[in-house]
This record gives sequence, C-alpha cells and structure tokens, in this order.
Amino acid sequence: MADTQTYNYHVVRQFALMTLIWGVVGMLVGVIIAAQLCWPQLNFDIPYLTFSRLRPLHTNAVIFAFGGCALFSTSYYVVQRTCHARLLSDGLAAFTFWGWQLVIVLAALSFPLGITTGKEYAELEWPIDILITLVWVSYAIVFFGTIVKRKVKHIYVANWFFGAMIITIAVLHLVNSAEIPVTLTKSYSAYAGVQDAMVQWWYGHNAVGFFLTAGFLGMMYYFIPKQAGRPVYSYRLSIVHFWALIFTYIWAGPHHLHYTALPNWTQSLGMVMSIILLAPSWGGMINGIMTLSGAWHKLRTDPVLRFLIVSVSFYGMSTFEGPMMSIKTVNALSHYTDWTIGHVHSGALGWVAFVSMGCLYYLIPRLYGREIYSLKLVETHFWISTFGIVLYITSMWVAGIMQGLMWRAVNPDGTLTYSFVESVAAMHPFFIIRLLGGVMFLGGTLIMVYNMFKTIAGSKLVTASIPAPATAH
Amino acid sequence: MADFISGSWSIYIAVVTVLSIVVLMLFTWKMSMGIPKPTGGQVETSGHTWDEDLAEYNHPLPSWWLNMFYITLVWGLIYLALYPGLGSFAGFLGWSEQTQYDQEMAQADQKYGPIFQQYLTQEIDKVAQDPKALAIGQRLFANYCTACHGSDAKGGPGFPNLRDGDWLYGGEPAQIKTTIMEGRQGAMPTWSPVLGADGVEKAATFVESLSGRQVDQAVAAEGKKIFEQNCVACHGPDGKGMQALGAPNLTDDIWLYGGTHAKLVETITKGRNGRMPSHKDFLGEAKVHLLAAYVFSFRNAAGGEAAK
Repeated sequence: MADTQTYNYHVVRQFALMTLIWGVVGMLVGVIIAAQLCWPQLNFDIPYLTFSRLRPLHTNAVIFAFGGCALFSTSYYVVQRTCHARLLSDGLAAFTFWGWQLVIVLAALSFPLGITTGKEYAELEWPIDILITLVWVSYAIVFFGTIVKRKVKHIYVANWFFGAMIITIAVLHLVNSAEIPVTLTKSYSAYAGVQDAMVQWWYGHNAVGFFLTAGFLGMMYYFIPKQAGRPVYSYRLSIVHFWALIFTYIWAGPHHLHYTALPNWTQSLGMVMSIILLAPSWGGMINGIMTLSGAWHKLRTDPVLRFLIVSVSFYGMSTFEGPMMSIKTVNALSHYTDWTIGHVHSGALGWVAFVSMGCLYYLIPRLYGREIYSLKLVETHFWISTFGIVLYITSMWVAGIMQGLMWRAVNPDGTLTYSFVESVAAMHPFFIIRLLGGVMFLGGTLIMVYNMFKTIAGSKLVTASIPAPATAH
Repeated sequence: MADFISGSWSIYIAVVTVLSIVVLMLFTWKMSMGIPKPTGGQVETSGHTWDEDLAEYNHPLPSWWLNMFYITLVWGLIYLALYPGLGSFAGFLGWSEQTQYDQEMAQADQKYGPIFQQYLTQEIDKVAQDPKALAIGQRLFANYCTACHGSDAKGGPGFPNLRDGDWLYGGEPAQIKTTIMEGRQGAMPTWSPVLGADGVEKAATFVESLSGRQVDQAVAAEGKKIFEQNCVACHGPDGKGMQALGAPNLTDDIWLYGGTHAKLVETITKGRNGRMPSHKDFLGEAKVHLLAAYVFSFRNAAGGEAAK
C-alpha cells in the first residue's frame, strides 16, 4: 500500500467529529438532570427519565464518549506525527472507532432501562465490559505498535502520558469490572463489602487520574507547544512529574472512603499520597504555562491558545483543591456535599473539556485543510463557557460548604439544628445558578459545533504525507 | 489487628510505603542535579526534535516547586509516624477513628445527657405539658423520625400518620413509649393463595363497605363471609382491629397503605410488612421518653381532630 507514506487522518477525523457530537449529548443530559434537581417534576414520572438513570448516562457520556473520543482522536494524531509513522493497522484502528461507538450506544440504551452494575463510572454491565476490553486491547496494539514503528529515536513526552493512560486503564477496568454474570443484563461484583468499595475507588480515582489527567496531559504536551510555537519549558520537569504522577496517583483512592468501614491505615495512606500528589500535578501545569514564557502576548490574539492555557490553569486549581479535600478534617466537612460536585466540574469543564476544545480547534482545520471559520466565534465560545464554569463551581462551593455546615450545626441540647430536608431546600437557589452555568457551557459548545461545521463544510479531506524526521544531533 | 490475615502483610505495607516515599525523594533529588541555572542567555534544548518543530528546553526544576515536593514528602513521613498508616503500627499519637468517636460521644453525653435525663423521672403526660420539653422533643423528632413519619408527623404510604388520633399499637403514653423503645413489627399475610383473585376482590369490597362507602351489596355480602372466616382473628368481628397485634381498624377510613380499591386488593393479595425499628439502644431511654411525650402531645393539641 502507498498508504505507508501518509498519516492515517481518517480515524482521527472520525473520532474528532464524534467528540463534538457526544460532547453535546453528554452536556445536554447534564443540563437536564441539573434542571431536575431544581424542579423534580421534570422527570415527568417516566422511569427512563429519572435522575437515578440519567445521571450515569451523563457521567459516562461526558467521560467516556466525549473525553474518550477526544483521547482517541488526539492520541492517534500525536503518536503518528511524533513517531513519523502511520498507525500500525488501519483495520484495527477502524475497529477501535466502531467498537467504541457501539459501547457508547449500548450505554445510552442500557442506563435509561435501569441496567447497571451500580459501581460509579463502571456502571456498564458485563457484556459491554467485555467489548470495552476488546476495543481497549486493540487500542493498545495500535498505539504501541506505532511507537515501535517510529522513525525517531526518542519517544515524545506526550506519548509517555498516552501510553501510561492506556496501560493503567486496562488494568483498572479488568480488576474493577471482575463480576459474576447472572443473566445477560445482570451481574454481581467479584468483591464484597469494604473490599468492593476499596477496589471501586481505586478504580474511580484512577479513572480520574489516568483517563482524565494523564491522557489529557498527553494532549497538553503536544498541542500547547505546537499552538504557541515554542519548545516545552523543561524536559527534566516532564520526566520527574511524569514518574511521580503515575506512581503516586495509584495510591490516592482511599480518600474517597474517609470515616467509613475502611481501616484507618488505608485511609491515612490515601490521604498522605493525595497530598504528595500536589507537586507532581503542578509539574504538568508549570510545564504547560511556562512554555508560553516569552510569548505571553499571543494570549491576547489567539483564543485557541487561551483555551489551552486556561485549561491548564483550571488543572492547577483543581489539583490543589483535590489534595486539600483529601485531608480528613476538611473531608469531614466536604464529603457527601455538593462541594465535591463543584470540584469535579472545575476539573471536568475547566480542564478536560477546555483542553479538548483547544485541541480540536487546532486539529479540525488541519484535518480538513481549512482555516477556522470564525475566530470571533471561538472568542465568544471561550467567554461564555468560562463564565459558565465560574457560575457552576462558585455556586457549588457555596452550596456545598453551606450544606456541610448545616449538617453539623447543633442546638444547645445537642440535637441537630437542621433536618436533612431543610438543607436540601437551602440548596435550591444554588442549584438554579448551577443550571445556568451548565446551560452557558452547553451554549458555548453549540457555538463551537456550528463554527466547526462551517469550517468543514465543502472542504477536501487532507492527506498528509509523512515528513522525514529532523536529523538527530 | 484484625485488618490483616497475617502479620507479614502489615510489614509488607509498612516497608513498601516508606520505601516508596524515600525513593520518590531520592529520584527527585537526583533529577534536580546536573543542570546549571540559566544565566541570562538562551537556554539549550534537549536536542531532540519531533514533528518538524517540537522541541524541549532544558530548564532545571523550579526550586519553589522542588521544595514544595520535598515538604509534602517529609510531611507524609511525619504523618505516618504519628497516625495509623504503616500496616498495624498505630502511630505515636495512638489516634483512631473509633477512639475519636468514643471520646466525642462521651463528651456529648456528659454535656447533653442531663438535659434529657431531668425529664425521665416525670410522667410522660406531665412532660407533654412542658413547653421546654416539647421543644426538645420536636428537635429529636426532626432528627430521628422525619425520614419515615415526615416533618409534619403526618406519615406517608406505609408510615403511620401520628396526628390522626388513630393508634395502631395504642395511644396511651406507656404504649407510645414501648413502640419507640422496642419497635414494632406489623405483619399482614399474603392472602391470594387462600382466597384467589376472586375472593380477594370480594373481601376488598366488603372492607370498603366497613367505612361506609357505597359498594355493590351482593359482592360485599359474599366478601363478608370471607371476612368472617379469615380476617376476624386479627381485625376483629366488627373490623375495628386489635392494638395488641397492630391490626388496623378498618372502619375509620384511615389507610396505612392506601385506601383505593386497587390498593386494598394489593394489600390483601400480597400482604404487608411494617417495621418500626427499636430505638432503645440507639437513643437511650431518656430521649425516647421525651419523644413519647412529644408524640403524645399531638393528642392534646389535636384533641378535636382525634375525637372525630
């Protein structure tokens, strides 16, 4: 095949477009359930539309459909460009695309029907788990096979992060989804009691740490230097924070189970490692932001770069907030409150979604051989979504801290000052502000979809030939 | 410690944890060496280039970042020396979740216990006249009872309304206190195997007639026979129930599980299990005493309502 002389942009384009589509779907479901929390009657008494069934649909759609497609798209692009080699196998890459889309469609069908394992972020039932495993192993073969084929000696830092993500997610998925099938749509976890909880949060926290952090740091390491036209700030820092990050993250899960049946020693280890994680996390932020040193003026004129840099700033903020919330005495206030929801969304909207959008603004024009249709619309998208995030996280901070304080307030006779329902009622205005923030963020995404649609319309697909690697020193 | 199936696990955890932190420290220290601080001029790149123009500068690790990392690592070791974390080593402070809980509960008992205790020597109906006691009772009720009985104490499907003057297990002070202290278990058996769908239908119709509803008299007459053979043991020949068993009065048009024809059919077909948990160990007698007085006070407050 003459194909060996060109990059496989086909699968990159497919995943890039599906990132946009699933992004809209996932965020729309988020907006719906946020509205249901304000006005519960919005489930119309239809079981398929209840909060309990739509909430996992929202989380899975934004994490695995939107975030997953963004990861596939960018990692396939980056691994080819930085290895100066076409993907190992076009067929296997196509399988990962169609297989992953099938997983998403099955999720969108099974959650509203109430089919769930009940494990957060791992709700999909066992037949879908097997399909995920097949797709993921194929992904690993394509990705690492391409690395093996590379024409340059050194493996670029972005690929370390993508690689760590692929390996760790495979391990997490296999261990946490170990389950005993009863029927086609029902299984029971292989673990029981507190062990099950610990395995679940070892998985859950590292789904955040590897899927939503390591993978997206991989994106950051390629697209920020490219968009800024500057070298990465520090090679040494990238090595230290990479190893420290992937080593430390895997210990942090127990902080989700403070003051539970989990043994004290496990809780302490989770908390200590969560605090140690602060510096490795910030290493990535420093490398992203400092890459711009000497070129700060570009932020004024380049809204795409602004998406990328602001995303890294949100990353720094939520990786400071996370270790702080893992401290037991802070956690005693924050746990089970909406502060957690705010924290997750400062990471999810501010970091994961913003960096993905910045990458797509870089990627899509290059995949279709066009300039962005309207930079002005990118600018509008940036501001409307940034305000949306700010409304979202500040309302949840206030609501969450208020909720935590109400739960612990006591009367002079030691009884609780507020019954639970009073704390729920007090949340109502903040739920509405959060909904507004979510609507704004979705609105920004719709602007992006329109902008990208206009960019692509009538374009010719780009076939990029593989350039010779730069001569090594 | 029961946390481990064998003592070697504890050692394994302690060694791996300490080694991990120390190795992280040494690795970072080693990686921080060997790059001179840039002096004004242009910093070198690592010499690698990818994808035409991707390169990396050789900046040293920022020292503020490095120090922050060291501080968290050292802090981690100190914390693990003071608190439980290294396997079954309890930490030099001897802290545990359980001891903290026990201490806080003991302090609370010492501080708040007398507030509740002072009413225990008074009769419940006396306590129910005391506005201060009732205010405490109301707060206790809001804390412990509203999840089932509602913040207005008017219950919900399956959870009795405490303000309607209808008492499943008796509304005297001592009976209310026993209900809260010991809990109650209401059991209506499933009747569909005995009566069949047709029999259930007829019995339900008769039960409806007991509270004066307009029903098909012929069906009700057949239902009456079924009722007399099967239901009177608990609900009594006149259908007025039996408080000793918690069998509801069927003549007062108050329905614990819903009073529509369909709900009555469901209740008779499938049976019901009502469970009021025991609060003796959870709350202690003094708080239950106050709660009983608070619930009993509904009778005084809504005297007119109850008389109906």
